[in-house]
Amino acid sequence: MTVEIPIEKWAAKVREVTLGATAAQGGTRTRTVTVGGEGTLPFLSHEGSLPHSPALALEVRDRKPDDWSPLLYRAWGEAMDDPGDWAKAAEAAGADLIYLVFSSTMADGRPNTGENARSVVRKVLGATGLPLAVIGPGQAELDNELIVPAAEEAKGERVMLGICEDKNYRTIVASAMANDHLVQSKTPMDVNLSKQLVILIHDMGMPLERIIMDPTTGALGYGIEYGYSVMERLRLAALQGDTMTQQPMLVNPGEEAWKVKESKVGEGVPAVWGDWERRALAWESVTATTLLLSGADVLILRHPETLKRIRSVLDGLRAPA
Amino acid sequence: MPLTGLEIYKLLPQTNCKECGYPTCLAFAMKLAAKQAELKACPYVTDESKSKLEAASAPPIRLIELAGADGSIQVGNETVLFRHEKTFYHRPGLFLRLTDTDGVNEVKRKAAEAEGYRADYVGIALGLDGFAVEAKSGDPAAFKAAVEAVQSVSTKPLILLAGTADLAKAGLEAAAGTRPLIHAADRDNWQAMAEAAKAAKAPLAIRSDSLDELAELTSSLAQAGLEDLVLDPGVDTLYKSLFTLTSLRRLALKKSFRSLGYPIITFPGNDTLLAAEQIAKYAGMIVVDTFDPALLYALLVLRQNIYTDPQKPIQVQPGVYEINTPDKTAPVLVTTNFSITYFAVANEVEGSGWPAWLVVTDAEGMSVLTAWAAGKFDAERIAKAVKTHNIGEKVEHQKLIIPGQVAVLSGELEEELPGWQIMVGPREAVDIGSYLKAMWQR
Repeated sequence: MTVEIPIEKWAAKVREVTLGATAAQGGTRTRTVTVGGEGTLPFLSHEGSLPHSPALALEVRDRKPDDWSPLLYRAWGEAMDDPGDWAKAAEAAGADLIYLVFSSTMADGRPNTGENARSVVRKVLGATGLPLAVIGPGQAELDNELIVPAAEEAKGERVMLGICEDKNYRTIVASAMANDHLVQSKTPMDVNLSKQLVILIHDMGMPLERIIMDPTTGALGYGIEYGYSVMERLRLAALQGDTMTQQPMLVNPGEEAWKVKESKVGEGVPAVWGDWERRALAWESVTATTLLLSGADVLILRHPETLKRIRSVLDGLRAPA
Repeated sequence: MPLTGLEIYKLLPQTNCKECGYPTCLAFAMKLAAKQAELKACPYVTDESKSKLEAASAPPIRLIELAGADGSIQVGNETVLFRHEKTFYHRPGLFLRLTDTDGVNEVKRKAAEAEGYRADYVGIALGLDGFAVEAKSGDPAAFKAAVEAVQSVSTKPLILLAGTADLAKAGLEAAAGTRPLIHAADRDNWQAMAEAAKAAKAPLAIRSDSLDELAELTSSLAQAGLEDLVLDPGVDTLYKSLFTLTSLRRLALKKSFRSLGYPIITFPGNDTLLAAEQIAKYAGMIVVDTFDPALLYALLVLRQNIYTDPQKPIQVQPGVYEINTPDKTAPVLVTTNFSITYFAVANEVEGSGWPAWLVVTDAEGMSVLTAWAAGKFDAERIAKAVKTHNIGEKVEHQKLIIPGQVAVLSGELEEELPGWQIMVGPREAVDIGSYLKAMWQR
């Protein structure tokens, strides 16, 4: 008996987006990262083209964060004291991208400043040759105050600026256009909202080749199924030819997974949750693996060991030659 | 493929005799298509039509049940490729592998340890579904003793990993009175294995790396009268598993490929991330090699999440939740019982370090804005929750913090709760910490 493997044919492809610019392209990055371009569902390479492997980013902060899990302080050690050292350590750990996030306050408690943002960006660009994302703390006014000078400082480097949300995207998009950058378009777990914000950003004149969409996810146990299904629906729509859903997708399993009790803390939790460190790493890596299967093109991670594991997941998902 | 009413009508006698209780054959056909009537109500349907109709109404992936001394598990009968198209129905069984060469005492110890494992996830008890006992020794007596050892401490369903019919028979003897899965028949032993499975009325797994061969074997077994089958396509990498299990699911659902329309068993060993992939992508039973609560808990939660019906969100129990041991001066916050909303709020409050009372209202599992729009999160319901749970006696202040998204409710709430001051909190949970810092006097 011969079983004929069913092949799905798709009408369209995901758009390709390139982060970073080398010297020849007007930047200073030693390499660039291109994501997207898929002509079929995640990792089903027997039936369509998958030109680029998903990219793995590590999150680096402008200063040592106040409220991360002790396991993360242990993993990064002194590198966290300086964003340049941290970015270098992240590059050494195997990241494709550095996801640089500004804190809302400085170490002494005063609000973060544009001047500080500028100097942190300069430092991180100097410390690593990897492409960069430069992300605000997530408070509209402060985001604009920090991202605009940071974008100027990184002019020509094709960094991804964020976070663009429906309530606050104009300033960041304008700044990305003025300085040859990309933007992260983030919406809360909804297919139509994802699409809508891409349209709004595109309407300002931003080329679609410079928009990465972040449909948002929950951690394992905390709503991952919503993010998972929204991503599957977005990817199916993209392949069927809905042009405003064809942006590569970025999600942040690192932030989500390390926010929840299962990963963050080792005390005061049920004994049936087992060993803390193994559980925490399982939480981040199971979250990340599940999101790869639903179509993630860029994953933001926090723990270097998770990066290693997800790298080997990507190797395992590649079809044997 | 289910038939339409008209297709069914063509197979009926078309005499409108009314004996089925419906006025016409067409009306009866429509009821059959809607699964609101049963074919046996028609006394005159031909055997040929009957077998056609039965074949068409069989699920594209057969439902297989394993039963232990107490408790059972059903897998298969899935109808979609993506959970958003409807839902995934039968959670894949998670089984722990135990090996007879470990000796009876060790097998018993491991089984007992895993048997008692229960973790609570939003009020749902999660645990392993059973054990896969492996006849590694090749000795029927040793295998039988190992199965008996498991049975002495566990009432869960079993999988008998037995390479020959003699071993399978020894295992089945020890598991008498239950309905284990026998693993596995292959192209060399399938006839003997089929006999053993048939005698014990137990489902049988078939192992082959080739889908062609799997389909041939299931056809032969079906002809021999064995229909409760499980496929083991021998997938050992993330890619092979995704490719093969996706192909099998598509063949069953989109091509009505009967001879591969069975649930699939996988053996990810100690690879937690391969097991995770197989939960999301189409396994029916998953056998893991090590009992490690830290990894098992993550897999059990993933399984719960992926198999949640997208139409019926997970809810948390309405009530008052204490966070960071609140006292009489702690703030009181209100939210809905949609699990994700609850988690978002509870996590932020907990992470902020503020002791607080969290009043979770019954909003029928909807998020704040959706529930408000649907009239399930209004002043009346919030006031009722505050009164029912005697919040007034838990705190010495009379201040209530409502989500910023429903600021519009504050006036009405002040009328419903005389004496209370209604404070409008942030729109997003992530801002709760800074909100409390700015607005709440300790």
